[in-house]
Amino acid sequence: MNKSATIQLRNLSIGYQGKTHAKVVAENICSDIYAGELTCLLGTNGVGKSTLLRTLSAFQPKLKGEIQVNGKNLEKYNDKELSTILSVVLTEKCDIRNMTVRELIGMGRSPYTGFWGRLNSRDREMVEQAIELVHIQPLASRMLHTLSDGERQKAMIAKALAQETPVIYLDEPTAFLDFPSKVEIMQLLHRLTRETHKTIFLSTHDLELALQIADKIWLMDKINGITAGTPEDLALKGNLSRFFASKGITFDMESGLFRITNNYREQIRLTGHGYRYAMVRKALQRNEILAGRHIESEIYIETEGGANDGFTLHHPERSPIQASSIEHLLELLQEYKKQEKTATVHNCTCPSQ
Amino acid sequence: MKAAGRNTILLLLILLIICLFLFLNMVLGSVHIPMSAVWHILTDQGEEPQTWQNIIWKSRFPQALTALVAGAGLSISGLQMQTVFRNPLAGPSVLGISSGASLGVAFVVLFSGSIGGVALSHLGFIGEVALSIAAIVGSLSVMALIVFASHKVKGNVTLLIIGVMIGYLANAIIGILKYFSVEEDIKTYVIWGLGSFSRVSGNQMMLFVTIMAVLIPLSFLLVKTLNLLLLGDGYARNLGLNIKRARILVITCSGVLTAIVTAYCGPIIFLGLAVPHLCRVVFQTSDHRILMPACLVMGAALALACNLIARMPGFEGALPVNSVTALIGAPVVASVLFRKRKNELNE
Repeated sequence: MNKSATIQLRNLSIGYQGKTHAKVVAENICSDIYAGELTCLLGTNGVGKSTLLRTLSAFQPKLKGEIQVNGKNLEKYNDKELSTILSVVLTEKCDIRNMTVRELIGMGRSPYTGFWGRLNSRDREMVEQAIELVHIQPLASRMLHTLSDGERQKAMIAKALAQETPVIYLDEPTAFLDFPSKVEIMQLLHRLTRETHKTIFLSTHDLELALQIADKIWLMDKINGITAGTPEDLALKGNLSRFFASKGITFDMESGLFRITNNYREQIRLTGHGYRYAMVRKALQRNEILAGRHIESEIYIETEGGANDGFTLHHPERSPIQASSIEHLLELLQEYKKQEKTATVHNCTCPSQ
Repeated sequence: MKAAGRNTILLLLILLIICLFLFLNMVLGSVHIPMSAVWHILTDQGEEPQTWQNIIWKSRFPQALTALVAGAGLSISGLQMQTVFRNPLAGPSVLGISSGASLGVAFVVLFSGSIGGVALSHLGFIGEVALSIAAIVGSLSVMALIVFASHKVKGNVTLLIIGVMIGYLANAIIGILKYFSVEEDIKTYVIWGLGSFSRVSGNQMMLFVTIMAVLIPLSFLLVKTLNLLLLGDGYARNLGLNIKRARILVITCSGVLTAIVTAYCGPIIFLGLAVPHLCRVVFQTSDHRILMPACLVMGAALALACNLIARMPGFEGALPVNSVTALIGAPVVASVLFRKRKNELNE
């Protein structure tokens, strides 16, 4: 295997050293971060994600244990060496006026520039390369204070790239962004791990995205400390469902993603395939009705084959009713329920499939 | 590099304005001296009256040079403070360093009266030197306190608040001193507090200019540090900057500049706060490699202009510099900032 662990944590305890006693945030962390992989740190607010990131980026001292970067203890590096090994993208918003994006990215070259911070031709080349990698050529000459949050985040990532470090840490890079920007940033970071073989480690609250894009997930909680693995392994082992159990979130094994836990009060038979089937099923789920083709019930819904692309509500005694949209279908169901409060619809609280 | 060319032209333009103002400072004043005579005296040719030569060389030239150097020093000091505290309202006086100078002066002026029985204003040259020394001792001790505090506290804001508190403390002590002083001494102190570029004379002026000529180039050594500090502590640190040391260096540099200027000219307000903003707008950059020289020339030019106005015929040197800096400078800077806003919206 040519996979090499860039960062190795051994029995690491993190927290804050007080005058009399230390406040331990998390202890006994043993895990590795690999080069060429996107690793996402997940955990609830206050569990110590930021503390871990701050400790890893040498902003604050660890309490116990070891942090090895490229086989060497983190505290053995001096400030200058560290700046060429680790780069960071932080949550603190840098609102600098009158600085262009290119100038900001140029600041990433500071560890390599001389006394006056003047960029030489190689520095300028690295800056342009970083701009290219992040695809922000159109923004390069813009002033930083005119950028949107997402664009600024990309500029910051480009700054980290210009720093030419094998490791990049990002503290919640997708916070405050709209959904397409979140996806864009995550995909960008994933692409960077592949194109540059860098070690990228980030903390995030965007579960869905992390589960789809991350190579490795680190789950952090108060009880177990850190559990690491690919999203799929963690799913199979049940770590993911345990991690978010009792919070109204269910891990859906079929899709490998999370969804809101539904309590079902009724069941109904649903026939058909594909999108239309899935969408009707989802709408019924929200209305606390478990629907599926394996369920037996007196009335049932047919999602295809009906006239003019509608949905058909079949009834054992009456003629089938056509619904033009899912909204219409839900109305029909409600009406039906009002009319017949008999046992045509099973009353039960069944768990999900 | 279009921007670089534009900036060079702007810098040269301001340098030209400085030369013009410098000359005007020689020409204008309560005694009318024709322009040609001024030129002859400056270039040391022709036979102009001795009184005119004295006025130029002993009064107008030292005053103009003092204004130039003080303006440059305060503006650079203000820029450094604004960057290190990342606060647009910071200025040379924000850390209570000029309050420290005032306290030193207040001690000397007000105590010499009550204890020695002589009003300092009667002591002439010795009194002048005593005031300068008192101001330097006062401001540098406050600065030492701030540097000590910056070792202890982490946040910038905390440090800023400590500085402001020290300023209040100094002012409170000054208030008490004033309360127990005789009227004549209080007047001396108040006049000192109004600021003036004409207080420095002869040898003292040479000393002042020499010190500043050493300090200002020294402050230029901090440009990379200042640029990194712009990014915020986290990023700066990640880029290899030792934040604590950087902060102490910048505060010390800025503090010493303020201390020296305040010692010789009294607390000059406004310039140090306004010039950096003006430079950012005019040069449209936050790069200290450009902002530092920009502040230097802009501060010098503005101080010369203020000095000129304070000495306009009619005022006869009666107008205190501090009133002029604020009265003339504030609207100018405000209008520039307003125009900038409009442009931004149009873009």
